[in-house]
Amino acid sequence: MITFLANPKRFVDFSNVIAPWLAVLAAMLLGVGFYWALVVTPPDYQQGQSVKIMFVHVPAAYMGIMVYGAMAVASLTGLVFRHPLADVAAKSAAPLGAAFTALALLTGSLWGRPMWGTFWQWGDARLVSELILLFIYLGYIALWNAIDDPVRAAKAAAILSLVGAADVPIIHFSVDWWNTLHQPASIVRPGGPTIDRSFLVPLLIMMAGYTVLFAWLWLVRMQTEIFERRARSLMMARGA
Amino acid sequence: MADFFAMGGYGGYVWPAYIITVAVLIAAIVVSLQAHMRARRTVRRLEDDSGENGESQT
Repeated sequence: MITFLANPKRFVDFSNVIAPWLAVLAAMLLGVGFYWALVVTPPDYQQGQSVKIMFVHVPAAYMGIMVYGAMAVASLTGLVFRHPLADVAAKSAAPLGAAFTALALLTGSLWGRPMWGTFWQWGDARLVSELILLFIYLGYIALWNAIDDPVRAAKAAAILSLVGAADVPIIHFSVDWWNTLHQPASIVRPGGPTIDRSFLVPLLIMMAGYTVLFAWLWLVRMQTEIFERRARSLMMARGA
Repeated sequence: MADFFAMGGYGGYVWPAYIITVAVLIAAIVVSLQAHMRARRTVRRLEDDSGENGESQT
């Protein structure tokens, strides 16, 4: 599958077929998810209706980390195997990951204000490590833009993304290592989720919706990058 | 209906969180699709100009 898609032409043909289906599936999941989250879910017995923010906050935070994982794997593949699409995949994922991480920070801050009494707390390890993730994304994007030669840019950016990957386990375990404002894990934990089913089901639908939306936009952006490279080589061929 | 918008007193936090989310997701879609269309058109124009077919090598 991977070798089949390694050819950019075949990748574009393949994603032309897949992309519209992903768009439809994302719209359906998000449509159901937003309705369920906003209208159907009951208020929390402690948090009241502020718990509604969870359904947009947790998927955004989850995607910020998953996209980073995808980007780091693609970067490593690009460095080790010189896979032609790996650099394209890593570069195309970064702005989406940055958007999700920014959303996680913004919605988290809007949830933190009524629940913890503050929009932001520099002493909280989860909050600070999440902000660092956003800066790593932005640094990664800036590095791509700063180096003209795509081969050198890909290499430098890939190394940055692998160094930055150290932040991902820190984000995940920060709530256990430093006991501060942010509550410990309630879904991905030994012994299964502690969150009530009436919240868990719509939350999982929202997470699936975010994931499929990302998959769609990732394909679209990878195609864009392939077209841009093709245009550049056509221009150079014409200039020669 | 008013109850729904009040969100049990948390409307001032819940609605901004949802509005920001929807705005950022829509912006991501619009920006990605616009760049996609632009790049697709550019390649097509360059290929027509140079009389090449769609054989791609990146």
